[in-house]
Amino acid sequence: MTFDIGDGVDSAVNYILDNFAPLLDAIALAIGTVTNGIQGVLLATPFLLGLALFVLLSLWRVGIGFAVFTGLSLWLVDHMSLWSAMMETLSLVIASTLVAMLIGLPLGIAMARSNRVAAIVRPVLDLMQTMPAFVYLIPAAMFFGLGAVPGTIATVIFSMPPVVRLTNLGIRQVHVEFVEAGNAFGCTAAQLLFKVQLPNAIPSIMAGVNQTIMLSLSMVVIASMIGAGGIGNTVLTGIQRLDVGTGFEGGIAVVILAVILDRITQSLGKERAGIWRTLLRGAAQPQATPAAAA
Amino acid sequence: MACTTESGLTEIDPQVKISIRNVFKIFGERPEKALALLKAGKTKAEIHASTGCSIGVNNASFDIRAGEIFVIMGLSGSGKSTMLRLLNRLIEPTFGTIEMDGRDVTRMPRRELIALRRHEVSMVFQSFALLPNRTVLGNAAFGLEVAGVGEAEHLRRAHAALKAVGLEAYGDSRTDELSGGMKQRVGLARALASEPSVLLMDEAFSALDPLIRTEMQDELMRLQAEHSRTIVFVSHDLDEAMRIGDRICIMQNGQVVQVGTPDEIVLKPASDYVRSFFRNVDVSQIFRAGDVARKTQVTIIERQGVSAAAALERMQHFDRDIAIILGRDKTYHGVVSRTSLIEAAGNGAGDPYRSAFLTDIEPIRASESLSSVLGRVASSAWPVPVVDDDNHYLGSISKSALLETLDRTA
Repeated sequence: MTFDIGDGVDSAVNYILDNFAPLLDAIALAIGTVTNGIQGVLLATPFLLGLALFVLLSLWRVGIGFAVFTGLSLWLVDHMSLWSAMMETLSLVIASTLVAMLIGLPLGIAMARSNRVAAIVRPVLDLMQTMPAFVYLIPAAMFFGLGAVPGTIATVIFSMPPVVRLTNLGIRQVHVEFVEAGNAFGCTAAQLLFKVQLPNAIPSIMAGVNQTIMLSLSMVVIASMIGAGGIGNTVLTGIQRLDVGTGFEGGIAVVILAVILDRITQSLGKERAGIWRTLLRGAAQPQATPAAAA
Repeated sequence: MACTTESGLTEIDPQVKISIRNVFKIFGERPEKALALLKAGKTKAEIHASTGCSIGVNNASFDIRAGEIFVIMGLSGSGKSTMLRLLNRLIEPTFGTIEMDGRDVTRMPRRELIALRRHEVSMVFQSFALLPNRTVLGNAAFGLEVAGVGEAEHLRRAHAALKAVGLEAYGDSRTDELSGGMKQRVGLARALASEPSVLLMDEAFSALDPLIRTEMQDELMRLQAEHSRTIVFVSHDLDEAMRIGDRICIMQNGQVVQVGTPDEIVLKPASDYVRSFFRNVDVSQIFRAGDVARKTQVTIIERQGVSAAAALERMQHFDRDIAIILGRDKTYHGVVSRTSLIEAAGNGAGDPYRSAFLTDIEPIRASESLSSVLGRVASSAWPVPVVDDDNHYLGSISKSALLETLDRTA
């Protein structure tokens, strides 16, 4: 006996295409608006302003050494004529991360609150992470056409699991006495979530967001196959023409963007680092010392 | 005694704040079956084997009076922390009733329970449970903020609560900048800020070192004297229970073994289990000489050009018969008495102190247990000096201080 799952999936896809076209259009419009909006802003930003923003952000969140790296590496990207491609990629990453968080955070919270939800969601997350991307890239293109929208959706599918998992984990790992204290002082379920659990789960949630960003960057090249654009195109062109040099330039640009995003988002779950922390610590000293003395 | 009634009927007593009747906490899926087995006299192990349930609290019945410090005591695993959490339903009781001011907490709808936790019952935790994302003031204000008290008002009251525990200067500090004792003061301030009538304290001072623990106990007694609340205090430390408890409830294996005043517990222990608490507590074994030493004696720093007359003058002024002679670095040199000093001065000795040292006093090392030095202190005519391993003077042990220490629990 054989099961023909493939036929079933085919007819399901066709059924959705026939009956849910308005819904698909609405999703495409919503995601398209977000992606194109972000892309519009980023592409309109002149190189020097963009460079300055990245360098300042690096200086603020990470430190002076990393700010120098950011400046030099982005200058290199511009000289490889990949700046606008990088901004397209960045807008895709930002849009898909936003969507992933929008869906992933509530899902992670729901998993943390109910073992049943967790038991159902966990295998779905496994599926999303392990299913080869090409498998859902085709239906995404069928549902939403070519371009940035199916690219964003495919990226969301691939990159969402970490933020869900780590939100769930972060909330579950909040010290049991904090939760007890919250309950003992009369928190409602919502107050417990927002005043006790989420604030204490922030480092874990930010680690999830960081992973989501990294994964979405790794989807960029694949998404360019359905016309998502950006640096992925450069890499794809390089591969198609067997032009190793072009492909390598695109690869370098992806890596540079990855390193910058990684370091900056990693710092978000932590305290301010580097020069700013030193300055702020200095200002806070007079208040901190009496505690040590007593 | 109320704890022995099986019927669940209570005579109305205005003094009773919390009335606990036939309360069980059974962890597991089949509490009814476990209860039936429990009533049939099966042991905890047998019940666990046949139902998978474990017994947290087994048929507890007792009253807690308004305004008293009620200590629940027992070894770990005796169910004392579970019992405490049943009172505000952080753990749901399986059977039985808990009445607070005549209202049954166990059957209270959730909305009412939240109101009870916000306004009437608050809690202090063993590991402080201060929220690290908030400042000290933010932690103190937590309960009020959750209860929906306006910002200006909750900050004002949180500040007043911090002031009551002596931390008003630390409002903006982060909690990880504080010492353990200070953290628990914040925990206390957070619990007091909502002005509850019942305070639940779960091993609140157990994580603190002994000196700070005593200080916090005194602080609690002071706060209690200022504003009387009903305090339910869980502890495994008999010394602490005796020190602060108006009444003590002793639990064993989830059961209440005895409820009574400290005197009743000591004089009429209900079982060997209760008695064993005292057998284990031998203060003369626990305390070291250094713990009992007091710096109440006159000390004189020995240096060039100081005559015996100055020392005599000082002893006269403080009305003491002896003085401890120390080096500049606080090392112990010897003990002189007025008579020995006058004699030595009369003999015209070159060194008025050295020749006046009393020969029958040997200093005690701080690390020696009290039991091993009992005889020496008792037979000495004078308080005996205590020194550390580097021969620095730490204080003296007098007979009366020794008796006072031994008397604390005996």
